[in-house]
Amino acid sequence: MSRDLDIKVHHLTRVEGHGNIVVNMKDGVLEKAHLSIVEPPRFFEAMMKGRSFHEAAIITSRICGICSLGHQLTSLVTTEDALGLEISEQTVLLRKLLVHGATLQSNILHAYFLAAPDFLNVGSVFPLIATHKDVVLRALRMKRLANDIGDIVSGRAVHPITPVPGGFTRIPEKAELLEIKRRLLEEALPDGLETIETMKALAGAIPQFERETEYISLKHADEYALYEGDIFSSDSGAVPVSEYLNVTNEFVVDHSTSKHAKYNRSSYFVGALARWNNNHAQLGPEALAAADAMGLKPNCHNPYMNTIAQVVEAVHCILDSVRIIDKLIENGLKNEKPNQTPTRYGRGVGSNEVPRGILFHDYTYDNKGNIVKANCIIPTGQNLANIDDDMLKLVPEIVDKSKEEITLNLEMLVRAYDPCISCSVHMLEVDFIE
Amino acid sequence: MKPQVAFFDFTSCEGCQLNKLNFENDLLDILKHVDLVEFREAMDDKADHYDIAFIEGSISSPSCVERIHDIRRRSTTLVALGACAVNGGVNAMKNLHPIDEVRETVYGDDKYLFATLPAMAVSSVVKVDYEVRGCPMTQQDFLRLLIALVLGKQPPKYGSPVCVECKLNENECLYNRGMVCLGPITRGGCEAACPSVGQFCTGCRGLLDNPNLDGMLEVMTSHGISLDEAKKRMLLYNSNEVQL
Repeated sequence: MSRDLDIKVHHLTRVEGHGNIVVNMKDGVLEKAHLSIVEPPRFFEAMMKGRSFHEAAIITSRICGICSLGHQLTSLVTTEDALGLEISEQTVLLRKLLVHGATLQSNILHAYFLAAPDFLNVGSVFPLIATHKDVVLRALRMKRLANDIGDIVSGRAVHPITPVPGGFTRIPEKAELLEIKRRLLEEALPDGLETIETMKALAGAIPQFERETEYISLKHADEYALYEGDIFSSDSGAVPVSEYLNVTNEFVVDHSTSKHAKYNRSSYFVGALARWNNNHAQLGPEALAAADAMGLKPNCHNPYMNTIAQVVEAVHCILDSVRIIDKLIENGLKNEKPNQTPTRYGRGVGSNEVPRGILFHDYTYDNKGNIVKANCIIPTGQNLANIDDDMLKLVPEIVDKSKEEITLNLEMLVRAYDPCISCSVHMLEVDFIE
Repeated sequence: MKPQVAFFDFTSCEGCQLNKLNFENDLLDILKHVDLVEFREAMDDKADHYDIAFIEGSISSPSCVERIHDIRRRSTTLVALGACAVNGGVNAMKNLHPIDEVRETVYGDDKYLFATLPAMAVSSVVKVDYEVRGCPMTQQDFLRLLIALVLGKQPPKYGSPVCVECKLNENECLYNRGMVCLGPITRGGCEAACPSVGQFCTGCRGLLDNPNLDGMLEVMTSHGISLDEAKKRMLLYNSNEVQL
């Protein structure tokens, strides 16, 4: 079919940050199909130059409000690696609890508020207050609990306060943790199971589209990797975090203020679906049952199913949070002070799985503990090339549909990746020339 | 008639907007009193006129300048939300370096591919009627302002430093605990959120009207950090305001 198509979605809604979808087809030949990133660059490198290790995490968490906990923890891990700061088991457990809280909050926000309106043919969550009030209230309840985990353990869910290099400035009290545990079991778990039913009912509206690609995430021997592990590629296996530059290979393209990335192919996928594909065997029976109920199978190649993988992870985060709280209390909460005495100065690399995928920070410190060089590689930036490749395959497959339907399918595709555009144009990759 | 309210984001992390989506307990009540007509982070709708436009983020590119003019033209009341919008926030740290050097270090040979300007407060470009400070703004502070505007009252202003609220919370001074804190020169209203959980004040709510900057530097350097380091700490959120 020889068709002309000219689609331009200016400032795509229900995503974090500013992006445009651009598609051009002439006489049935696809000339252009990409996500154009138009968010103003922020130049974090200028902000980081010469800054003390006490400030690094405070600044990098401001790359993104939605992902602030992720940036903060990755920044702390990186600083600790660079300065040789040992941390306690309690610190690791509290951080893992925070990761679960942030993942739960972010995944629920995306599934209910940003993605679900597409499945129900409405423009936002707000009309659903009238038609599906119980569902909206359930989503708000789960988000509130997830944010309360952040407020209680880190002082504030958006731009956390208490996690600092070497530990925490405040340790939560036992009673606070027990109350979170009670709410996880009595509120969040039933709500999570209801969420599976809701998503099952909506699953029919998820477009059928397959494109096998390379899936990259952390992988850990003992657990579903979120806080720590090695880099793992579904194509070529494990790579140590310290060698991340061999994986990310960033490059500039003229349609995006955010750089793109590629490893073994022209693009790769990071995020919940990559974690699911690489690490699903390490989930508990409840999360696996949730995946089964919603039709998510291992080695899933439909990017629209990323939202479903996020819901599966929400179930995992709820249950694993309970396990972590039990462990913290069994160990006995200790009022530890953060270990902030450097044993060396130099370069450190850190990586965590944040809700949108694998995140890398890389800092070099001088012998006063001030940053001389910094680099951050963001999940959304890593996904951009993969989104463009998806579009190139998707548009010809749906070219017989109306322009409106094609546009909606493309918007839903981009939203499925849950992109975080503020993050992707943080621009913190540079050598400082002293 | 309910006021028509809209939210817009410029150069920022969108954390202040996110804090509004985090009004889980109050969101439905708030929506009884205002009509949310535009909020790109959460909805598709667009509107022509706004009774109250909330602006998050700094102005840092030519397209930002055009867009904020357009919004101002169509708004009765315009509110700056959060440090980036109020005084440039952390974005303004890039203004401390020559702009060509900043561009070159990030994009190399492609440095003129994307237009950029110094990171500015919204009030540097258009009239701002009210502000909610902080990084991020607090939900309570935002609600106090929103309630005042809906009721047609004057929103609260904060004139005293963070130290006042810190004392009211009966915290031990962080300087006594070997930390360096910007509480004495920073505008309050946050209820000393950071010092109350053991972390130093970063100055995210901006300077008082009449801060004693020299006195602050003297206190900081007498507690073990260099003058250079003390100045850097002071600039974290105040690069557009402090001339050192």
